[in-house]
Amino acid sequence: MAAPTTLPSALADAVRDESSLRRFLHGLPGVDQVGVEQRAAGLGTRSIKKASKLWAIDTAISMVDLTTLEGADTPGKVRTLAAKARRPDPERPDAPRVAAVCVYPDMVKTAADELKGTGVNVASVATAFPSGRSTMDIKLADTKFAVEQGAAEVDMVIDRGAFLSGRYGLVFDEIVRVKEACGDAHLKVILETGELVTYDNVRRASWLALLAGGDFIKTSTGKVSPAATLPVTHVMLQAVRDWHTLTGERRGVKPAGGIRTTKDAIKYLVAVHEVAGAEWLNNHLFRFGASTLLNDLLMQRRTQTDGHYSGPDYVTVD
Amino acid sequence: MWEYAPAPESRDIANLKPNYRMFSDGQFVEGTGEPLKTVNPATEEVLAEVSTASTADVDKAVKAARRAYDRVWSKMPGTERAKYIYRIARLIQERSRELAVLESLDNGKPIKESRDVDVPTAAAHFFYHAGWADKLSYAGYGPDPRPLGVAGQVIPWNFPLLMAAWKIAPALACGNTVVLKPAETTPLTALVLAEIIQQADLPPGVVNIIPGAGDVGASLVEHPDVNKVAFTGSTDVGKIIQRELAGTRKKLTLELGGKAANVVFDDAPLDQAVEGIVNGIFFNQGHVCCAGSRLLVQESVADELLEKLRVRVSTLRVGDPLDKNTDVGAINSREQLTKIQELVESGEGEGASRWTSSCPLPDKGFFFAPTVFSNVSQAMRIAREEIFGPVLSVLTFRTPDEAVAKANNTPYGLSAGVWTEKGSRILWMAQRMRAGVVWSNTFNRFDPTAPFGGYQESGFGREGGRTGLEAYLDV
Repeated sequence: MAAPTTLPSALADAVRDESSLRRFLHGLPGVDQVGVEQRAAGLGTRSIKKASKLWAIDTAISMVDLTTLEGADTPGKVRTLAAKARRPDPERPDAPRVAAVCVYPDMVKTAADELKGTGVNVASVATAFPSGRSTMDIKLADTKFAVEQGAAEVDMVIDRGAFLSGRYGLVFDEIVRVKEACGDAHLKVILETGELVTYDNVRRASWLALLAGGDFIKTSTGKVSPAATLPVTHVMLQAVRDWHTLTGERRGVKPAGGIRTTKDAIKYLVAVHEVAGAEWLNNHLFRFGASTLLNDLLMQRRTQTDGHYSGPDYVTVD
Repeated sequence: MWEYAPAPESRDIANLKPNYRMFSDGQFVEGTGEPLKTVNPATEEVLAEVSTASTADVDKAVKAARRAYDRVWSKMPGTERAKYIYRIARLIQERSRELAVLESLDNGKPIKESRDVDVPTAAAHFFYHAGWADKLSYAGYGPDPRPLGVAGQVIPWNFPLLMAAWKIAPALACGNTVVLKPAETTPLTALVLAEIIQQADLPPGVVNIIPGAGDVGASLVEHPDVNKVAFTGSTDVGKIIQRELAGTRKKLTLELGGKAANVVFDDAPLDQAVEGIVNGIFFNQGHVCCAGSRLLVQESVADELLEKLRVRVSTLRVGDPLDKNTDVGAINSREQLTKIQELVESGEGEGASRWTSSCPLPDKGFFFAPTVFSNVSQAMRIAREEIFGPVLSVLTFRTPDEAVAKANNTPYGLSAGVWTEKGSRILWMAQRMRAGVVWSNTFNRFDPTAPFGGYQESGFGREGGRTGLEAYLDV
């Protein structure tokens, strides 16, 4: 296996070779489906009002990775998205900026030119997104190209086929190599939980990605249904929390796909707050991968600041 | 830091009235006993004055129940009885918000529990038993099982409405009439249930609800014209009732205290086990007879589990029961709070290590911060006696046999929990643990289709499910 990043001694043994890795991942406590879904539903009933709601909306806006990942993407589309990212609500300049704009590698340069000096990062998907079905060389080249074009963050996909057939070493090596290829760029590792199906798999894949050096673990590509769900995000938040307990180091979580409303976003923030902890409530450690969410957040933000609802015609559609 | 703004449910929804009267023979009437004042345990303010029953009132209520039994209810076809019971269930749903807020005011439990557990489960019990009313011939108790007559029922303060539903629904479905005494500190929702029963147009006398203290309960269970006694409450009172009823022809079911073991093996789904432990002991401030008050954890995962447990318990929000974000509400009475404090002191005195959540507590009202004792041994009072509060005692074990031995080492036997991902071990444990209910990989889940009841000093008889019908049929 490839050389991992430096790990504390408690975990160094886990990545010594493929069989150690398998033993470690299979030795993780199981996840009870009924229990985790009950807990997620229970936390979903938290009632967030007034100042705490406005704070949540602003925080959520600052955590959005504004995304366009379509075959039909053009430089024009990416430019308008970048404009939206710089100033989400033109009539309310105090509305925070989003965290990043997320595009395909060939659109990175366009986005980077538009966002230079704004504090909004450019994130690029890579490694034969969304299926991940290609050779290691191509995946590495894809990654390097994205970084060269100006991506500060790379969202890679894991090889789900390898994971599901138990070839954990292969998945591990890919992450380590892609992380090397990223250089200074932050690496988000997409687990595509909709294809891993069980919560046990989600937990194992989360730990695998953390051990291999992923800065973030991310639920989905958005191309597979189901995409992000609350219970899956709970399992991943628990993993980064446990990682912190063991190593003292904080890694991030990014649910992506299917989060469209402010109400949903707040449920995720409550989960971040109460499962991982208050320290995770910032865009260095939590992101939303979303496209339509931002406008709902902006509408709800106006409701909070203006005291009444406006409507979808008062936010910009880009 | 992200502070959640207060999100209180409006107390106006409870339609609180200054005075409540007892419900006897289809009418709300002034009782001739000494009126009682019921208090909001979260603020210590008086909520309402409630008239109570005297011995003469108890007699009147039992006579009304007898008349209703003889003339109407026992003769009514099951299909007709079912219509009334369904109506009660639907009315509980219609007035669910009112009932939930009133329950939280009177009892101190968090609104999220009264809203999501107590009230919907109470409605579910009526729905479930309404379905049985015309199918009793198929319940396995012979071709035409007969009701018993008048049921005298005494219920506790921890689930005031839900316990009333557990008692009344099967009694009515089986063709009995009812005289029910709610607990002294929590009579209000039972009296709103009486309004619902009146609204549902039940024939007068089929259900009578008579508030009062223990003496009213005593005269009810002693009444010679009562055919069946059902009691949920403390083991001490249960013993008195059993002694009282010895030699009479009255049928008796008792649902008493507990000191349940929640057993966590090293192959358990640890994060969900933590949830189950929290739910097992901090649900309803631990005022639950089947609470998982003894955590038995395998030594090899004890430290890891305890660390996770403390982190999780620290996130519990203690405070205003009407706030939708409150996880743990108020202790029901000063008396109960004193009892909890006394037992916690004994735990410290006997050498157990105490950890208490640093959560802020309100200035007034009866509150107790969630507390976990580790290094507990079976000899300590906190491992043997029912605390009935948010206090968990943690013990460890090394082998499955030791887990069973420790779990069963109690005069009680109401419930138990097993946490392991190994199915065969769940069955092995369930066969050996002396408990009426064994939950596996979950805790404190209630469903009208599942029978509930205890062993030994936790009582006898079952409530819920097909088995629960037996308590109200002449079989």
